[in-house]
Amino acid sequence: MFKDIFRKPKYVTLNSVPAPHRLPAEHGQEGAQLRKELPDGLWVKCPKCGEVLFNKDLEKNGRVCTTCRYHFRISARERLALIADEAGFEEWDAELRTVDPLEFPGYSEKIDGAQAKTHLPEGVLTGRALIEGLPVVLAFNEGFFMMGSMGSVVGERISRAVERAIALRLPVIIFSTSGGARMQEGILSLYQMAKTCAALARLAEARLLYISVLTDPTFGGVTASYASVGDIMIAEPGALIGFTGPRVIKQTIRQELPRGAQTAEFNQDHGQIDLVVERSRMRAVLANLLRYHQEGAIYDSTVGV
Amino acid sequence: MTQLLEFEKPLLELEQKITELRKFSAEKGIDLSTEIQTLEHKSNVLKRRIYGQLDAWQKVQIARHPERPNFYEYIPWLFEDFIELRGDRLYADDRAIVGGLARFKGVPVTVVAHCKGKDTKENLQRNFGMPHPEGYRKALRLMEQAEKFGRPILTFIDTPGAACDLAAEERGQGEAIARCLLMMSEAKVPIVATVLGEGGSGGALALGVGNVVLMLEYAFYSVISPESCASILWKDSTKAREAAGALKFTAVDCLKYGVADEIVREPLGGAHRDPRRTAEELAKILAKHLFRLRAESPEALRQERYEKLRAIGVFRTEVENGSRESGAGPASRADPVNPANPADPGQADEKTEISLDEALE
Repeated sequence: MFKDIFRKPKYVTLNSVPAPHRLPAEHGQEGAQLRKELPDGLWVKCPKCGEVLFNKDLEKNGRVCTTCRYHFRISARERLALIADEAGFEEWDAELRTVDPLEFPGYSEKIDGAQAKTHLPEGVLTGRALIEGLPVVLAFNEGFFMMGSMGSVVGERISRAVERAIALRLPVIIFSTSGGARMQEGILSLYQMAKTCAALARLAEARLLYISVLTDPTFGGVTASYASVGDIMIAEPGALIGFTGPRVIKQTIRQELPRGAQTAEFNQDHGQIDLVVERSRMRAVLANLLRYHQEGAIYDSTVGV
Repeated sequence: MTQLLEFEKPLLELEQKITELRKFSAEKGIDLSTEIQTLEHKSNVLKRRIYGQLDAWQKVQIARHPERPNFYEYIPWLFEDFIELRGDRLYADDRAIVGGLARFKGVPVTVVAHCKGKDTKENLQRNFGMPHPEGYRKALRLMEQAEKFGRPILTFIDTPGAACDLAAEERGQGEAIARCLLMMSEAKVPIVATVLGEGGSGGALALGVGNVVLMLEYAFYSVISPESCASILWKDSTKAREAAGALKFTAVDCLKYGVADEIVREPLGGAHRDPRRTAEELAKILAKHLFRLRAESPEALRQERYEKLRAIGVFRTEVENGSRESGAGPASRADPVNPANPADPGQADEKTEISLDEALE
């Protein structure tokens, strides 16, 4: 009887939504659309293996496909919930708001739309939390906010978070998900790359740990700045990571990238990444790494929690 | 004969006539100097009119002009001596970036520059000035060396962007650029960066973290090429002209947003009309900044650079009672463009209009 109820929508879903042949990594919007088309959000189809999954099971599994381990894209808040202790999250600089300095065509509307969609003021979440009881400064790109692109506010919030980490003598973990520097703020966006790197250079000078976690997708100006300079570089399995996106490479030099190029595993093989860590293990791995760096002399006197 | 751009065509006729008259006058021994003078005057007026009101897209064309001097051409005018140092010690020597030791007005400096080719053959060698990771790692090596020996660093930017191909991805293009940003922001020696022509995105920025950033008058410095921007915005790369206007990337714009510190005037029509004069003008301004910076302590240099970077960006702060407050760091140089002060929009508008002459002051 239970089966009968759900069999029909399942059948309908399969017919109305053709299985995408490419990874949704390249087609984030398709993936989002896909999710919307399914009735009541009860079911989600895995874009990689085509398996239809019960949304609650997927949720319970950190939005990782129970069949093929495909890592769905998740929001900054979802990620925070998976990583941080329940003790809470002290959010920083949420009062910073985007303006439209270039009076760029359609930018204000895009910002309004992104805010409505994500319920966040901008494409980043920064603050302080505990991971297995260890205090840490966290930053997350919000991939659903204009592709996690970095404009003035994202650059400023990351820089401020890093500066505060130095003042508090805390390690920093940044989760990147970004299409790169935000076109609509022009040269100002470009220089956020330099700004965030300058802050991280000071963190390094203070001998504080920076772990960079790359998630799907991380490209452009974010790859070419803060995301690439972690003391420890981690990526989620299958995440696409690179400087230039595959479509742009194809358009510019008519070079088709080989299968599997720019994945986390490809980047690891080419020496760009230390660890590929599944979402379910991420929290434990991060906590372990934090502990490694807590045992050193520098941390002993300063970390009291 | 210089290759003329579309908007320069009205000049063609006049200049041809002047050449003809000169030739005629020389051949026949007739004095036509009054006529020639009149025409030259006319041509100058026209030039001033054309070059005085170039839009962003026209400036892009000058910045990309095939005859625009590349870094090599400036060397003899800028430096007394230049020793090219090559290779990243890891993989290869990328010819899209040129670096080495030079003497600038007697002072030993380290020089790192993008370098486009002047013809197809050279462009293939130099990958059209688009560096691979080994190029940025060479730059990093040379800049670290400069810091070790206390030499100031002069960088020169002229690239459509970093190389975008599989090889660049395999060797960590993003990381290579990011390391340059990290190193430059921390360097304890003076850094002056000059955008000579195209400042294309992250590939340009990798050499752009200076205490002072200079821009040639017709140079542009952008987060994305106008063509790519147009194809994203309007799905039509032929609308690059509109995109060029929207991106606000000319030298005057960059000055307004606090990225560029000073603009180097070019000869009428662009640097390629008179590379030597361009170089002399550049040398004068470079010297002014370099000698000022050289007097500062290493720590002050670093702090100053950090504060310059920290101040770049425009946003507002939502205060609890609903009122707004502008914010772009302490210096807040970008304030005139921040619409956070609705009380006096007229004044704000006035401030955003910086003329080149004002900019050059």
